[in-house]
Amino acid sequence: MQRRQLLLYGAAGAGVLGLTLFVGWWRVDGPGAPEPKGQRPLPLSAMEFRLTDHEENEVGPGNLIGRPTMVFFGFTYCPDVCPTTLSDISGWLEELGDEASEMNVVFITVDPERDTVEAMAEYVGYFHPVIRGWTGPEDQIARAAEGFRASFERVPTEGGGYTMNHTASVFLFDAEGELVTMIDYHEQREFAVPKIQRALTEDVEGAT
Amino acid sequence: MVKKLRYTNALAVLLTVAGLSAPALAGSEDVVVENAWSRASISVNRPGAAYMTVRNTGEDAVTLTGLATPLAMMPEIHESKTNSDGVSSMAPAGEITIEPGQSVALEPGGLHAMLMKLQEPMTEGENFPLTLTFSDGGKVTVEVPILGIAARGPEG
Repeated sequence: MQRRQLLLYGAAGAGVLGLTLFVGWWRVDGPGAPEPKGQRPLPLSAMEFRLTDHEENEVGPGNLIGRPTMVFFGFTYCPDVCPTTLSDISGWLEELGDEASEMNVVFITVDPERDTVEAMAEYVGYFHPVIRGWTGPEDQIARAAEGFRASFERVPTEGGGYTMNHTASVFLFDAEGELVTMIDYHEQREFAVPKIQRALTEDVEGAT
Repeated sequence: MVKKLRYTNALAVLLTVAGLSAPALAGSEDVVVENAWSRASISVNRPGAAYMTVRNTGEDAVTLTGLATPLAMMPEIHESKTNSDGVSSMAPAGEITIEPGQSVALEPGGLHAMLMKLQEPMTEGENFPLTLTFSDGGKVTVEVPILGIAARGPEG
């Protein structure tokens, strides 16, 4: 085979390979990728669920639109992660000062069997006063979790009881109900507070 | 069994007592427990959690095999984990070996002493004894102060 021909085939081969890789990238990771399902929470306006807050008001995602919102899932029988998340959030809210009162901060239980309205009322009472506790029928909790792309699962424990595995991230929405960002469990406070401030600022920009 | 102590601040004096200090022990007599604290509970229905640093100041590795306390019928070391999807779960941690000169931190979101089947509520301002049992048969008992539900660390 001629040297020129070899080069030609080589170049064509490389070109095909490159194109294949490019198409693959485009479809899997690039702009052509389908929106990763189960990852990005819906806007609050696209969610549908009915729950009851710790003061027995009927609530749903619609109640959250109009102010920046922070939402997280947990359960009050959780000894470690949930009180830690709630104290972290209480700390962030203290740091935000007056700005905190301009936000909705909602703790949705994934364990409605044990977390009645009364249980939620007592529990949230130990944390920052802005924090609201929402509970309700299991199917409505499941619909809420689906909207946030959060997951939860009941896990039996050896003592005959059960614990809950659940998404521990904190979801941040702007005043229009669009997701701004998520704060992962155990994120350093120096990163968390600016993220919340961003959600608060987007509110201001949106209003002008 | 739970002694009532008054705290002017949350930095309570920890009474670390080596339960057995016979020379036959291999290592656990050199275990020091620091910065123990726990969060108050709502009633006795919910499990409690206690945190501390377990330091091995000796020359031999020590293995923490279990816990005992009059406060809870089922105290166990558990570990919380959060996976890449942000989902948190919790499971018994099993035995924990601490190499010479090393320490293990029981802290929020990781290893913790999970206090199941509470015999009485954990009330802020009180404290309770927690005994750590090691594989060489040694025991170390520490007095754990109970801080508020929203406490973030040994200082409250």
